[in-house]
Amino acid sequence: MHPAFSVIFLTTLIGAGQGLFLAMVTGQLYAIARFLPVQVDQFYAAGSLVALTLLIVGLFASFFHLGHPERAWRAATKWRTSWLAREVIVLPIVMALVFAYGALHWLGWTMPLFQLGESLKVDATLLFGLMGTVASFGLFVCTAMVYGGVRFIQEWHTPLTVANFLFLGAASGFMLAAAYSAYIGNPLVTFFGTWAVILTIAGLASRGAHLIRNAKLKHRSSIQTAIGIRHTAIMQKAQGATGGSFNTREFFHGQSQSTVEMMQRIFLVLVFPVPIVLVGAAYITASPTLPILAFIIQYLGLIAERWSFFAEAKHPQNLYYQSIA
Amino acid sequence: MTQFALVIDLNVCVGCHACVTSCKEWNTSGWAGPLADQNPYDGSPTGTFFNRVQTFEVGKFPQTETVHFPKSCLHCEEPPCVPVCPTGASYKRPDNGVVLVDYDKCIGCKYCSWACPYGARELDELQQVMKKCTLCIDRITDAKLSDRDRKPSCVLACPASARLFGDVHDPHSAVSIAIRERGGYQLMPEWGTQPSNHYLPRRKTVLHIDPDELTRIDNPLRKEDLTDYTGEETLDDVAW
Repeated sequence: MHPAFSVIFLTTLIGAGQGLFLAMVTGQLYAIARFLPVQVDQFYAAGSLVALTLLIVGLFASFFHLGHPERAWRAATKWRTSWLAREVIVLPIVMALVFAYGALHWLGWTMPLFQLGESLKVDATLLFGLMGTVASFGLFVCTAMVYGGVRFIQEWHTPLTVANFLFLGAASGFMLAAAYSAYIGNPLVTFFGTWAVILTIAGLASRGAHLIRNAKLKHRSSIQTAIGIRHTAIMQKAQGATGGSFNTREFFHGQSQSTVEMMQRIFLVLVFPVPIVLVGAAYITASPTLPILAFIIQYLGLIAERWSFFAEAKHPQNLYYQSIA
Repeated sequence: MTQFALVIDLNVCVGCHACVTSCKEWNTSGWAGPLADQNPYDGSPTGTFFNRVQTFEVGKFPQTETVHFPKSCLHCEEPPCVPVCPTGASYKRPDNGVVLVDYDKCIGCKYCSWACPYGARELDELQQVMKKCTLCIDRITDAKLSDRDRKPSCVLACPASARLFGDVHDPHSAVSIAIRERGGYQLMPEWGTQPSNHYLPRRKTVLHIDPDELTRIDNPLRKEDLTDYTGEETLDDVAW
């Protein structure tokens, strides 16, 4: 498949935004349970603002994928059958909940609404935080299922696609939370850094399993089933177009095999070992800059990862375009 | 229920591209707007087509044969491109089973093209909406046309009559009979998309002659040895 940068930026940016929001809510939950020191409300508010900015920039990037962005509102209609429609609905819901969560913290509306048990004081930020968490997980599933739900693209049609989007998005978000904490000199950097490393390792496990699965993948369709002629030697002589067509542009990455392999090696280095080492070094040296560097490097790696994700996918229609495939 | 479809006879198709050009001509001139081209008279011409003819060489020289393969939307009975459309622009007409795109609702997200294993959909670079074969919906539903003309443009153009058009749900239609009696098959049946369009396979008429058919082994003259038979073949040995 052709890796479109609009979609690469959409999925990586909203993944980091959702992850950062999850990190903020996790931090608040740990603080309520007294595992962590309670933070000032502005900490969560500013974190939510960054998360919201990432979601908005991601949404903005997605419009470049559309031929008619002015009709994008129509994309919410077929949510019963289309994962894309579901993503289009859930993304603004997540944005609204992140905004509400951040705004409530910003305004300091944290008076307990009611009390559960002995000590759990429930305020509006906690309610919106939990709703936002559920919506963020839902958005991860919707975004991933846009790809994982296409059964013809066998490289994508696996639960590992959902696991990758979830773990890699959450990892980059927690990495950003660590970078944000380090930037403002907050002691939570170790907490977020630890979670970022755990999620990065989980991402390595699922993406690694995905790569191994795809390397052994057996495609259901062949040139024989595509044109219905039973012969081992079939060679295409003409593709029905002089200067290519939509079919030769949309479904091929247009790069050499060595470029694809190089991108794969780049993301395997930049997404997983380098940020983990940097976060570990930041823990030892108490450096305020290394977590920021870790996030930036991991995010660049995730762009390469998403590019690879598209380039790996072989669409069955490519069988009709043998000289490119 | 009616399900309009094409049946394409690969045994007859000569790869002349008349269906391609007549399709383009009809559908670029209609109410739905042009099928836009880029660089049509320049180095690398490209553009939107509903129908293309590809050519395959089957076998290794000298045992080869050339197969011309016309390729367009197959109007699946279970069209995978329809449910994935987020706007409902992609739909299957309930009255005649033709899969269509509402160009006014399409947002050009290309998702339906990912969900078609046949690559039957093309994004129009000018109008930025997804386009595909409509089976000339404006012709086949036009009651003002005569029966002879109420067919897709490609079918009317084919000089070899390699393209048949009709209702594949009607067991007595010409297309159903052709599929049934001439080995009509579907493309990529492994996906369960149930394409309505079918292809008729290549067929070779091979004349098989047994030696028995040339020589009368039960020639009574030979059996009873009544002739001056010296081993050579005589006129009586040949079964006329």
